Order: sequence, then C-alpha cells, then structure tokens
Amino acid sequence: MRNISKHFYGVIALDSVNLTVQNREIHAIVGENGAGKSTLMKVLSGVHAHGSYTGDIFLNGEKCVFSSIRESEKQGIVIIHQELALVPYLSIAENIFLGNERVSRGLIDWNQSISEADKLLKKVGLNEKATTLVDNIGVGKQQLVEIAKALSKEVKLLILDEPTAALNDEESNKLLDLLLSLKEQGITSILISHKLNEIERVADSITVIRDGMVIDNLHKSTDKIDEDRIIRSMVGREIVDRFPARKSHPGEIIFEVRDWTVYHPQHTDKVAIDKVNFNVRKGEVIGFAGLMGAGRTEIAMSVFGKAWGVKHSGHILKEGRELHLHNVTDAIDNGIAYVTEDRKGYGLILINDIMRNLTLTSLRSFSRRGIIDSNEEVMTSHDYKDKLNIKCHGIEQKVEDLSGGNQQKVVLGKWIMSKPDILILDEPTRGIDVGAKYEIYNIINALVMEGKSVIMISSEMPELLGMCDRIYVVTEGRIAGEFPKSEASQEGIMKCIITHQRERSI
Amino acid sequence: MTGIKSYFKNNIRQYGMIIALVTIMLFFQILTGGILFRPMNITNIVLQNAYVLILAVGMLLAIITGNIDLAIGSVVAFVGALSAVMMVNLHIPVVPAVIISLFIGLAVGSFQGLFIAYFKIPPFIVTLAGMLIFRGLTMVILKGQTLAPFPESFQMIAAGYLPGAEVRIAGLNLVAVIFGLVLSVIYILFQLNARRNKQKYGFDLLPLTFELLKWGVVVFAINALTVSLAAYNGIPIVLILLLVIIVIYSLITQKTVAGRHIYALGGNAKAAQLSGVKTERVMFWVYANMGLLSAVAGLVVAGRLNAATPKAGSMFELDAIAACYIGGASASGGIGTVIGAVVGGLVMGVLNNGMSIMGVSVDWQQAIKGLVLLLAVCFDVYTKTKSNGK
Repeated sequence: MRNISKHFYGVIALDSVNLTVQNREIHAIVGENGAGKSTLMKVLSGVHAHGSYTGDIFLNGEKCVFSSIRESEKQGIVIIHQELALVPYLSIAENIFLGNERVSRGLIDWNQSISEADKLLKKVGLNEKATTLVDNIGVGKQQLVEIAKALSKEVKLLILDEPTAALNDEESNKLLDLLLSLKEQGITSILISHKLNEIERVADSITVIRDGMVIDNLHKSTDKIDEDRIIRSMVGREIVDRFPARKSHPGEIIFEVRDWTVYHPQHTDKVAIDKVNFNVRKGEVIGFAGLMGAGRTEIAMSVFGKAWGVKHSGHILKEGRELHLHNVTDAIDNGIAYVTEDRKGYGLILINDIMRNLTLTSLRSFSRRGIIDSNEEVMTSHDYKDKLNIKCHGIEQKVEDLSGGNQQKVVLGKWIMSKPDILILDEPTRGIDVGAKYEIYNIINALVMEGKSVIMISSEMPELLGMCDRIYVVTEGRIAGEFPKSEASQEGIMKCIITHQRERSI
Repeated sequence: MTGIKSYFKNNIRQYGMIIALVTIMLFFQILTGGILFRPMNITNIVLQNAYVLILAVGMLLAIITGNIDLAIGSVVAFVGALSAVMMVNLHIPVVPAVIISLFIGLAVGSFQGLFIAYFKIPPFIVTLAGMLIFRGLTMVILKGQTLAPFPESFQMIAAGYLPGAEVRIAGLNLVAVIFGLVLSVIYILFQLNARRNKQKYGFDLLPLTFELLKWGVVVFAINALTVSLAAYNGIPIVLILLLVIIVIYSLITQKTVAGRHIYALGGNAKAAQLSGVKTERVMFWVYANMGLLSAVAGLVVAGRLNAATPKAGSMFELDAIAACYIGGASASGGIGTVIGAVVGGLVMGVLNNGMSIMGVSVDWQQAIKGLVLLLAVCFDVYTKTKSNGK
C-alpha cells in the first residue's frame, strides 16, 4: 500500500501510510486505539471504497481498485473483524458458506456443503460437527469458524482485527498456532493486536502506527523485537513503569460480602456462585483473578443489586451495616458502582452523546423535583471530560464515534460522577491501548487516594499484580485463594486455580 | 458563523420536517386556489387533527422505547363508548364523567403496561390483543349501535371556542388576537431567560441577529395562526388542550429525569438498567400514559362526532405511528421528539385536508399518504447515514 491517506470530515485518519507485507509472512500492526489501524485495514479490504481515500494498493505488483468488500475477497483478501460476523442460529456449515453457498442447479447442495465444511474444520483444528449451531460453541471456536469461512473463500491474505481480545490464554495460543501453520501453507496474515507478547511470538515483521502515520518498521530477521521497543514507538514516549506507583494505606474494612450464594438464571437448580466471602478496605484495590467463565463477573453483578442470577442468599455489609440491595438503584444509592466489561452492550448508550451517557446515573443530583438543570449538567460534563482527558470534539459528540479507550473513560466517568465508595471495575482496560490503559490506572490510583475502594476484575494477570493490594482467586464460582500483594505471583495464582479444579474433580 | 453552521447541522432533521410542512402547505395553498389558508379551513385543520396529535404525543414515548402501541384506536372507541353510557344513558354530569373516563383510560393503559413491563410480553403482541379486546368490548357496550347525543357542554371540549366571540375589532375576534400576543410574550420571555442563563454560565451563544430572526419567525407563526382563527370563530378549546399537552410532554421528554430515562431505555435497555434506570417501571408508565392520552383523544373524538360509535378510532394507531416516523422518530428506539411527532402529524393532516379540498378520492389519499411516509423515512435515514459519514 502506497501513500494511503484518508480523511473523515477534515480530520486526517491516515497520512500517507506505506505498508509492505511480504508473501507468506505474519505481519503485525500495532498502535494505540484511534491510531488508524482499523481504518487502514478497511481501506485494504474494500470496506472504504476506492475513491474515498488517496493512494494506491498493489497486490503482487498489480494495482488494485476495490469498490467493495466482495471485490477484495475475489482477490483473496479476507478481513475478520473484532466483532464476529456469524449468525448464531445457523449451523457452522451454513455460516461458513454464507453468501458463498455451494449450489447445484439453484438449490443448496447440503451434502457438498457439509463435507467441505468438515474438511475446513479439520484444517483449522476445530473438533465440532458442521451441523452444530454457532450459538452452541464458545467465542474461541467461533473465531476458528471465521477462519474456516475465510479459507473457504480461498484466502491469500488474511486480516485479523484483534482476534484474541475475547479469548483466554489457551484459546489464544491455539489460534496463534493455527496462524503459524497457515503460514506454512502459504497464507499471509496481517494481525492487529494489543497483546504484545503474542505479536512477539508469531510476527515476522511489525509496523507501528501512531496518529495515522507509520512510526516504525521492525523485522524479526534484522531487528531485535521486544515489548519495550514496541511500546516506545506506539506511545512516542518511554513508559518507565507500566503501572503507576501508588502509596497504599488501606484503612478499615468498608465493604464485606459473606456466604454469598446465587443460582444460575436459566438453570435455576444450579449453584453458580457458592458461598463466596470477600472484603475490601477503605483506600484499597483488590483484584479478582481467574479464567474466563470462572464467575467473577457474575459475582460482581449479583452483588450489584442482584443484576445477575436468582435466589440470592448471604450478606452484604458496608461499614458494618447490612445492606439489602434489591435492584441496581439500591446499589447505586448505597455507594456501589459497577463498570461493566462489555461497554458497548451494557455500559453505553451508543446513539447518545457523551454528556447524556456521563450523567445518566447521577441525573438526580442535577435536578430539582425531577426537572433537570441542563446548564449544570453541561458544566459538570465538561469538568469530567477535561478531568478524564476524554478526547472528543465536544460533549455533544456521540459515544459511538469515540475510540475504545475514550469510550471506557466515559463509562468510568459516569460511575465516578455517581460518587460511589466502592467501584467494581470489570476488565477496565479490555481492548484499549497502552497509553489509555496507563491513564485508566492513574484514574484508579487517584480514586483510591481519595479513600475510595476498588474491586478490579481482570484477565490480564500483570495488570492485577501491578495494581492490586490483594488478589482473590476465583474459580468455578468460588473463592479458591487470597494473596496479599507481597505473596502474589502469576505462577502462584495459576497453581491455586489448577489445584482447586483438581480437588473439585476428584 | 461556525456557531450557526453547527447549529443547523445538529438540528437539520428538526428543521427539515418544518420546512417540509411549510412547503406542503404552500403547495396546497396554490393548488387549492387559496382555500387552504382561509380562516375557516385553518380552524378545520386544527379541529380535524387535534386527536391524532394527542395520540402521536403518547405514541412517541412508546416509539422512543423502541416499541409501538396498536391498541389506541380501540381504546379511543372504548373510552368514547363508556363516556356515552355515563353521560347519555346514566345522565352522570359532564365533569365527573370526564374524570372517570380518564381514569378508565389510565386503567386500560396500566393493564397493558402490566403485561408488557412485568410479564415481559412483547408490546406488539399485548397491544395487538388489546386492539381486539377493546374493540370487542366497545361493540358489546354499544350493542353495535351509535349512542348520541352528548350534553352540549361536553361537545364544547372538541367543537367549542373560547368565549367572547361577539367582541370584534376590524372583524377579528379580540380574545383570539390577545391570546396570540400573550403566547408570543411568554415565548420571548422564556427565550430571553434561557439566553441569560446560558450567558451566566459562559456557554457559546447563537449570534443575536440569528436568534432574533428565529424568534421573529416563531412569533409570526403564532400570530398568523391566531389572527387567522380570529377571523373565523376564535380559539378552539381543543387547541388549548393540545398546546398544554405538547408543552407538558416536551418538558417531560427534554427536561426531566423521567424523560431522560425513557430515551436511555430506548437507546440501550440493558445499559440503562445497569445505570439504575428502573426499566420495568418506565415501560409500565409509558403504556399507562398512552392509555390516558388515548382516553383524552377518545373524549375529543366522541365530542366532535357528538356520538359514540362502534367504529370510532379505527386506524388511529397507524396515523399516530406514521406521525412519529415522519417526525423523525427512529423505529429502533431512543430517538424522537414531541415537536417532531406533532409536525409529522400536521404533515399528514395538511395532506388530508388539501387533497380533500382538491377533491382527490379517499383511495388516492391513502396511497399518497403512504408514499409520503415512505419518502419521509427515506429522507431521514439518508440524512442520518450522511451525517455519520459512512
């Protein structure tokens, strides 16, 4: 790709970007959120049609003019977006051949479809029947179905936009292995990811993009690739500490949950959360470590005004006083905030502007007898926008147009505005770039210094180890262990999970 | 300069609708040879469309939540029938009968709201059932007959005018002219106050000349309407009722916590719930309120026809829904304004009226209204995707 430039409303998204991808390599593209990675890939795959950008695309030396995604697919360029594009109530085979059906005489040839699908599934190492509904398999496997779908289109250049964002370590590893084996078979991949350790593992070369420009090119053969070097190029400054330091002085226990038991909302005879006990002190950050599906989110949401599960039992105490939280409003009124892991689905009203999202939980503090003082609302929203450094045109910008990191800041701001004593942060840095992460850590530290307490759920172990004063290990809806900061280590936590699982299975 | 530009850009849909309405009015003014803007016809348009606009306001709330209410036409007939039974057969005085009717409407709305909000039955199905139930009950109550006539004071609600018709200056009803002037003064005082407040907070203000121009247009529109009404019988009582409803519901949707919660629910129900919006309660009240406004419309319709008929109000739900969509509401929820719905309703009303004057047959009127609905929504979708830059 040569001299690619693209503007949105006079804002430069890409500024004469040159990108060269060798045949049969895995090429990683890294950069902060909003740096222009996705836009560049959309140009390459024809999502942004030819003519809406300047510059040229060459494939094997030939100039390409794509006016739609179909045309780029014809040339063997397939993009797999971060949000998977599968139809949940269709089978794996139907999804693989969606829009590309195996047809004989105008009718779908099911035998051929299924046998070909089976072959593709074998190729990507997915051990499922082609007739299984996509809804019934996990996200990791769905990702593999997407790749099988790409293979069915005879892909030569596969573009993956953060394929491992929603996967656990094991699934991620499997996916990366698959990419390596596809490389052996002659398929070139472009990988967009925030997970630098993965990139280090599989990438042959790396392009770093910042503010719509190529900042750095690294090649495995000639350069020494390491995380620090990449981070430096990404953010344009040296991050000495990935986790800002904090002097912690935890005080009294402010919030305590005892014998908390909750049943699964669909399978109401199944105990999903089993006698969970934990507490948090004033000015303390505690962490919930655990694998995907361990029940961390479920614990948090069920404590937050019974927003998850049925048949709740146990006790929630704040400052020694028992709370009875029947709904989310009760929880908010008692100074509890829950920042969801799914900011688009559960956290934000995407079609609304920044201000309306920020003030939604605290409307009552701007209103008298139910009538909102819109001037106060605007003032306060401005304050928070500046305080949290939300990058936007103004508070009347719609949140759907913001980058992931800035969306996360809006969600966080919304809950800080509700003046909670206890903040539950569920994956607060998922899918956001290094720079924004650092800002979020700083916000957390500032909150704790004010005497607030934070419960942090994260799948990134280094993040928990770097930020938390104490870490609880959650597995299968139980607390399997508790580590103070001084004793916590990645190995220790994993060992704790595995031991607990082994004991349970005996 | 950029202030005005971004102001227009942000309000293009709102203005687009108003410009469309004015264009349609001018178009028919020419085609009907000047009949459209005659005082008597302006009065007619107000009287003919009051009930649709009242219903559109209620429907808008349901549409903001991402749903619709199919039952309102039947509820209009049901409440009309009950009010007739009370006033015509049982001779209950007008005021208590009206109050009881409003409570019945609220009860009907609450009944549907209960199923929608707490039993989680999709609104489409609940209100489809309601449409059949209340139409059926109307027939039962009226035994298939028309019940008439209502007491004269009741007819006033829908067909009466403000008193003082005999005081005229230069052929104009003085009360009506004063009414227009008072409204203008109130409007300008409110605008001045809002501007002063914004200034106090140091917000960006629109240039004064532009703001004055805007106020001038609004004041002109108010007085053009009232003077025109003054040249006929004066201010219809139903117009006052309508204005009160529009002002109250505009305030609720734009300025109150409850209103904000309705928009939040429509924009993303799960996120709203996790932000402390009591989604079930909001949903319940939206439909309860729809019942109340259906009752108001039911009384207006009964008063205007001076009869309760089994077929009253049929297809009203569709007119109300169309008004909201023409007025820029989004079918997927979270977007729409009261003023938009009212303008949308007026677009339909003026089309009806203009085509009737021209002698276009009812069959063609239907087809043309359908096309207008389609075009309006197309325009809306087009401007939306364009402003998103996709």
